[in-house]
This record gives sequence, C-alpha cells and structure tokens, in this order.
Amino acid sequence: MSANPVVAVRLRVNGREHTAEVPPRLLLSDFLRYRLGLTGTHVGCEHGMCGACTVHLDGAPVRSCLLLAVQASGAELTTVEGLAPGSDRLHPVQEAFRLEHGLQCGFCTPGFLMTVTAFLRECPNPSDEEIRRELSGHLCRCTGYQNIIRAVRRASALLAETQGHRGAP
Amino acid sequence: MTRMIGARILRNEDPRLLRGLGCFVDDVNPAGVLHAACLRSPHARARIRSIDASRAREVPGVHLVAIASDLGELNQPGPLLIPHPALAEPRTQRPLALGEVRYAGETVAFAVADDRYIAEDAVALVDVEYEPLPAVTDTEAALAPGAPLVHADVPRNRAARFPQAVGDPDGAFRRAAHVLAERLVIERSCGSPIEARGVAAEHDPRTGVLRVWTSTQAPLPIKNGLARIFGLPEFDVEVITPDIGGGFGTKIMLFYPEEILVPWAALRLGRPVKWTEDRREHLTAANQERGQVHHVEVAVDTDGRILGLRDRFVHDTGAYMPYGIVVPIITAAQLPGQYRLRNYAVEFEVAYTNKPAVSPYRGAGRPHGVFVMERVISLIARELGIDSAEVRRRNLIRPDEFPWDVGLTFQDGGPTRYDSGSYPAGLEMALERAGYGAFRARQAEARRRGRHLGIGIACYVEGTGIGPYEGALLRVEPSGRVLVATGLTTQGQGHYTTFAQIAAEALGCDPGTIDVVTGDTRKFNWGAGTYASRGLVTSGNAVHAAALKVRDKALRVAAKLLEASPSDIELVGGRARVRGAPGKELTLGALATVANPIRYAYGKEASEAALKLVKPRVGAVLGPDDEPGLEATGYYAPPQSTFASGCHVAEVEVDLVTGEVAILRYVVQHDCGTVVNPVVVEGQIHGGVAQGIGGALYERLVFDETGQPLCTTYMDFLMPTAMEIPEIEIVHTETPSPLNPLGVKGVGEAGAIPGPAVLAEAIEDALAPLGIRIREMPLNPGRIRELIEAAAQTQT
Repeated sequence: MSANPVVAVRLRVNGREHTAEVPPRLLLSDFLRYRLGLTGTHVGCEHGMCGACTVHLDGAPVRSCLLLAVQASGAELTTVEGLAPGSDRLHPVQEAFRLEHGLQCGFCTPGFLMTVTAFLRECPNPSDEEIRRELSGHLCRCTGYQNIIRAVRRASALLAETQGHRGAP
Repeated sequence: MTRMIGARILRNEDPRLLRGLGCFVDDVNPAGVLHAACLRSPHARARIRSIDASRAREVPGVHLVAIASDLGELNQPGPLLIPHPALAEPRTQRPLALGEVRYAGETVAFAVADDRYIAEDAVALVDVEYEPLPAVTDTEAALAPGAPLVHADVPRNRAARFPQAVGDPDGAFRRAAHVLAERLVIERSCGSPIEARGVAAEHDPRTGVLRVWTSTQAPLPIKNGLARIFGLPEFDVEVITPDIGGGFGTKIMLFYPEEILVPWAALRLGRPVKWTEDRREHLTAANQERGQVHHVEVAVDTDGRILGLRDRFVHDTGAYMPYGIVVPIITAAQLPGQYRLRNYAVEFEVAYTNKPAVSPYRGAGRPHGVFVMERVISLIARELGIDSAEVRRRNLIRPDEFPWDVGLTFQDGGPTRYDSGSYPAGLEMALERAGYGAFRARQAEARRRGRHLGIGIACYVEGTGIGPYEGALLRVEPSGRVLVATGLTTQGQGHYTTFAQIAAEALGCDPGTIDVVTGDTRKFNWGAGTYASRGLVTSGNAVHAAALKVRDKALRVAAKLLEASPSDIELVGGRARVRGAPGKELTLGALATVANPIRYAYGKEASEAALKLVKPRVGAVLGPDDEPGLEATGYYAPPQSTFASGCHVAEVEVDLVTGEVAILRYVVQHDCGTVVNPVVVEGQIHGGVAQGIGGALYERLVFDETGQPLCTTYMDFLMPTAMEIPEIEIVHTETPSPLNPLGVKGVGEAGAIPGPAVLAEAIEDALAPLGIRIREMPLNPGRIRELIEAAAQTQT
C-alpha cells in the first residue's frame, strides 16, 4: 500500500476477530477478498447493481462493493463461507439451491444466498411475488431466475422443517 | 443397469460453488501478485498526437507502465481467427493503440502496481494528447460514401461482401402471387456475464513454465498462441481456466489485449501479475454483438406458401473483426429456419464502425435471422389474412424430408444440412401447451375490457456441435474414483455432471465418483473450446468414446482375474462381476491397480486382486499393444453440425399508457436430441430465454453520434431481474441426431434465439387495433410509447 495513509480496523468475520491497517479507500469487498482471502464474495459490477458481493453486516444484507472497509470497523460480518454449519453440511438455503438447480456458473450465487438467508429470517413464508421482489436486487445471467425462485420456496420449507425439529435457529 | 444418460441428477459442482469455494480467475492470488489496470481511450475516434507515461511511472508502488512503443514487436495486430474468401479487408486490434484509437474503450496504456488502486492512479497520470476525429456509429451510414473511415485504408468501411443464392430466387419472384417487403433492425447488445473477464500470469524461471489463468472459453488455443507469441515451447505454457462466471460467447474471443499484456508483464517483471475487468470496462471494451439491418422481400403464392426469399443485410462488426464474418454467415445460413425455402438469395455487407469489436454472443447471428424470418411469416399472415400458425404449418419442413439441405455452407465449412427434426409436431405441442386455440376468444374478451393481449410464435433451427473435434482422457484410479479430463471449459453448463453421467453409463458406476476436469491444459492438451453449443456434442461423445475403451479394458482385466469370459462380466455399482456368480466380483479400483503392474498395491482389496496375478511369469507384463492402467483417450470429430430446433410461444399484455410489456405466458418446445440431464437442459433453456427476453425488451447498447457509449453501467444496460422473467413452461421433444453415437444436439444457445422474434409478433398482435408494425428490436417501454403516439397521430 506504499506511502498511502492507513487506518486501523477491527471486525469480526464469520465469528473470527480480525484487525488490520487499511487505506481509507479500500473497499470492503476487496478487504474481504484480498486481505482475508474470503474469495467467495464475488464482485460483478462495483456499483451496487448486481448484488454478487452481498454480505451480512450486523445481520443485515449489504453490498460490500459500496462500503469501505473502514466503515465496517467494529461490525460483525458474515460471508458465504460462514453460512454452512460445517464442512459436511450445507445451510438449508444452500441445500435448497442445490436441490432446485438454482445455480449454474455460481458466480452470482453467494450474493443470492446472503440475501435469501436474511430475507427468510424476516419473511419465513413468502409469496412468489414477495420472492421475486426480494430477488430483484440481484442479477443472474445464467438461470433466468426460475430455479432460484423455486429454491427460495424450497428453502422456506426446509427451514420450517429444521425449526420444527430443533427450535428456532 | 440403471440408465445414467437421461437421469435427472443433481450437479457434482454445486456444493463447492455454494460454499463460496469456487475458483474464478480473480480468486487466484499467487504469492507476490501485482495488479494491473488499463488506460482506455475516451474517444471513439482520435489521433494520438503524443503520449507520455513518465508521471505515471513515478507513482510509488508502480512497477511498470507500458505504452505502444514499449511493446515493440509484441504490439502486432491480433490473429484473424477465421479467415474467409469474402473477407477482403480484415483488421484486428493491437494490444495497445498505435497512432489512432478506433473506439471508446480501446486500450492505450497498461500499468502494473502493488494493488489495483495504485495501478488506476498510475493510468490516470498517463498524459495523452488526442485529436478527436469524426466517428461513425450507424451501421448503414458507415457504408455511405463520405463516411468517416474507421481504418484509413478500408474504403467505405466495407470489410466484406458475400452474396449467396440457392435455387432460382428471381424465377420465384416472377411467378409469385404476392411480393412483400420489410426493413428490419436489430440493435447492438452484449453477453455481459456477471463475472467480467480476468487474466493472471506467473513465470517460474527455474522450471521455465509460464502459467496463465484466464477467463476464456478456449484455453488450448490461448496456450498454443501464447507459446508462439512469447517464443516458448508449448509444453512450457500452462493455461488454466478455473471456474468461469458465465461466458455467452464474450469469452471465446482471443486474444483480448489483456491476455497478451498480463503474461508479458509477468515475464518482464518476474512477478505474478493479475488484471480483472471492471463492469465499465466490460461494457466498453469487451466484444459485443447483434447489430444488423435487413432489407427482406418474400414471394408467396395465394395460399401463403413461400416461393422464394431475398434478403440484403448490413452487419456491424465494430472497429475490428478478430472473429471474421462468422456471425453474418450464421445469420444467412440459419435464417430459413424450419421453413421449406428452395429459392433463397442472401447478400450481406460487413461494416466497420467506431464501436467495440463484434464476435459471437449467445445465438451468434441466429436471433437476427430468426427475427427476420418470423417477421416475414407475420407479414404473410397479415397481408393474406391467414392465421400465422397456419402460415407456419404450410411452410414447415416435414419429418420425411430429412436430411434437409438449406443449400448454404455453414460457419464450419460443412453443409447446412439438417440431420433430423420433428418441426410440425413441435409447433403443435407448443401451441397446445400455450392454449393457442382459445386465445382469440381470450383476446377479444380482454379488448372489450380495454386490455391489449397478444400472442406470438417463433420457430428456429440451431446448428450445434460444430467441429473440429474434442477429446477426453478417462482414468480409473486405484481408489475407484474416475478422472475425466477434456480440453474445453465450463462456464455454468454443468459439464462436471453431464460428462460424469456419460462416463458412468459406460462404466456402471455412480456419477458422484467421477471427477471431471475442464479448462486445464495440464490435464488435457487437445481441443478447441466451449462455443457454438458444441460442448456436449463434441466432448460428450469424446468422453463416451474414452469410456467405452476403458470399459473394454476393465472387462478384459476382470475376465482374467475372475477366470471368466469378458462377455460374462458386467459392470455395476462400481464393480465388475460375473453374471450369475454371486461373490465373484472386483471393484473398478482393484482392476485399476492390477492394470498397472508396478508391484505395489495399496489397500486390502487391491492387494488381494494383485495376489491373484502372482504366478510364475513368462515374458513382459505388458504386451507390445498394451498400455498400463485403466485409462484411455477418446476423440470425437463431427462430420457436420447437428441441428437442434424449437418453437416458442409467448402471450403478452401491452400497457398502452406506460408502454410496458408484461409476459403472461412463455412456452418453450425444444428438441436437442437425446437429453443427458433434464435438470441441466431446462436450466440452459431458462437462462437462454431470459437473455432472449432481455434482448427483446431491455438490453441495448446505445452510442451517441460521436461514438460515446451511453450504457456503461448496469443502470443503463438493463438486464432483466426476477421481476421481468415469467414462469417458463417447457415441453421436450427428443429426436436423436443420427450423426453421433449419443444422439445428442447442443442446447446452450437455443433459449435465447427466438426471443426477439416471438415477442415482436406478440407485441404486434397486441397492438393490432392501432395498426402498429414491429420492425425493430429491442423495444423498451419508451420506444413502444413512441410507436403508440405515432400510430395515434396517423389515425387522427
């Protein structure tokens, strides 16, 4: 980062504490990808339109390409790498995308997963219209959205089952 | 045996992608990697009076800033990938502009720095003095006398002119009861995958290996080309195309300037270098497509049967044409589609304009041709007062007429000869599913209530699976897992699953035990790439060929060990067993161990299998024709393209006040021969349809009269979201291809092809009471409002 000034940041990502010194202009997306090696967060447009870079900041989905790393200092972040409960199990939303073929190239997928997981917490049993409206902040060039919409319905059902068995997550 | 081909199984590649463990080019970060940025021309056409990079080079953290003069011999115009006798004036792009820029976005300088931010600081400090010149952006205007010249030595900007004729078109027009004519326009668009392009490279002076990661659809041609460009042995260049975030043709182009600049910088600096395209760069500097103007006339008899068709069109190739005239050749060859057209004349001219270069984008000239042909069908229907479905019925090629030869040479140099198809049945299936029979009543009822419904139909044929060939290596490992490696790439098509299914079918094992590798020249060294809906046809059949060889060998090895005849052995559940002899069986892994006689057998079962071979040996363990291992390589070279087909029907409602088009129903009938995995095929169609709808209603790259691109963000280049794409209803027809062992045809591009055509007919039908004719695509709400207002003024 040569002679550019740096600012100290401290944040938790996927449950792990990180401290770093970053240039003020460093995007949060670049911080996650290049500093922390969390390359599952993808960058498709760098102007907040495609949604591929969506992560959770204090539980809410945000576009990491529209935030600076310094703005996230002190926050709790979750990226797609933090969704699955373990290496042998997928999160129900991930599982639903797999069952419904809700992804093709997989590039936009992490953003969809982050938005959908947050959405289904707020709205556990959405109508098709609500699903489409929620997904409309994301661009996918491969799937035509058909199977993503199905995956959200399926995820809603899978989550209901999980909660039925184990109580609220 | 359980059939694997045709099975609706989940994809092998998904768990990794869903966990964020995909590996796209920008995810590759070799130790010490530096980052590159490009300076791009702000003018569509300008002379470079002077260029000075000295301020840029002084920025701390900058390692290299290159302008054209720094590249020397390297700064050659790129290769003309597909020459053609009609292509009189090919012009391709240099890595860095020399003397003149020809489109806004052309690479002018290239900087490498500690990070991308600093690299961008550096290119902003390259001092370039431009002398802006008048630009030409309109396709037809480019060919007019006196138009500004994109290349000073190409008169009238005309790169190519190619007339072709089949039968006796003039005679057909002389005896026609009706001659109808139309001018039709399809505007410029682009593939715009969500992952933009990227290149990373590193050179290891100890091993001499240049390793390049690039988001290409053709890693082997890139590898061999880089070896030539940099004077390296081919075996010292490794090109890896890891996961690709969508391609759609945009990534088939080679070489993009960055694919030369990044390896060059890595070699020169002795450090890994990476460049990742941002969206603005993608929308201004990556190749684009569509963009044709057609003048078509048709000769018909009194019953609406087509006697002949003449089409003249202009194809916009942008400032350069690395890909030759493939796109307009496809347009010309595929325009007749499913219709019996015996007398056909088509002539195109290719024009240079001050816009980004054109190379194939999903559909590759076919959406244009299908738009023209289906507009002609609508025109016949309207002028003769016959239902448009009926006009289609009267002109469709019948099943007993195959093979049907269109009479023109296809893009691959082979014939445009349809191998098989079920066109009339396909049309009826689509109409029935869409409730076409009852539509007019539905429409009349809606009109009484002031709602404007319309229905459209579009049929298409797609030449798929072109040559030259692909190959595959298949190897059973002692663990029992199976490696399948092929030379082409995967950008979302599910190859890791479909190729596994093909291999699993022959080997009698679970597709989940098969690891497919694509796009890695270290793993497989022969092939062309993933384009032209050819992956399954070419690589799929190559995997099939390799798998049959391995199957044969497995049967022979098992027969020897189990003391049976090979014909009594069956492969089931990852094991070879003797029919009717329970317990006499061996795993594929054990067979792989035994097939590699190196003394060392790992694992109990393998040791036991090896033990069976321990006996006094006479002669060598391998005969003169034997090879070690359970491994084989197979190739498939298609004799010609295989022709897939389909029919789309869309029902729309047009809001006269806002000009908005709502798609109420969208029905797809498609025929891609044998279906290997319906899940994957449906996904391909869904995505294609969404691109077709986008291309019909939203996506248009607009340039102003100075050549400035006006759609440089996703706020201006509007791709459809989940709100715009309706539920897509699919009906499958399977007419196997007689040309290849699997009977498959390609499906990658199919969904996108008829989009503009089907929506044009539907919108025109909805607006019929206003007398509006649809002669252009795309049609956004603003443009539809203009048409409505113009119609209102004509009527008053």
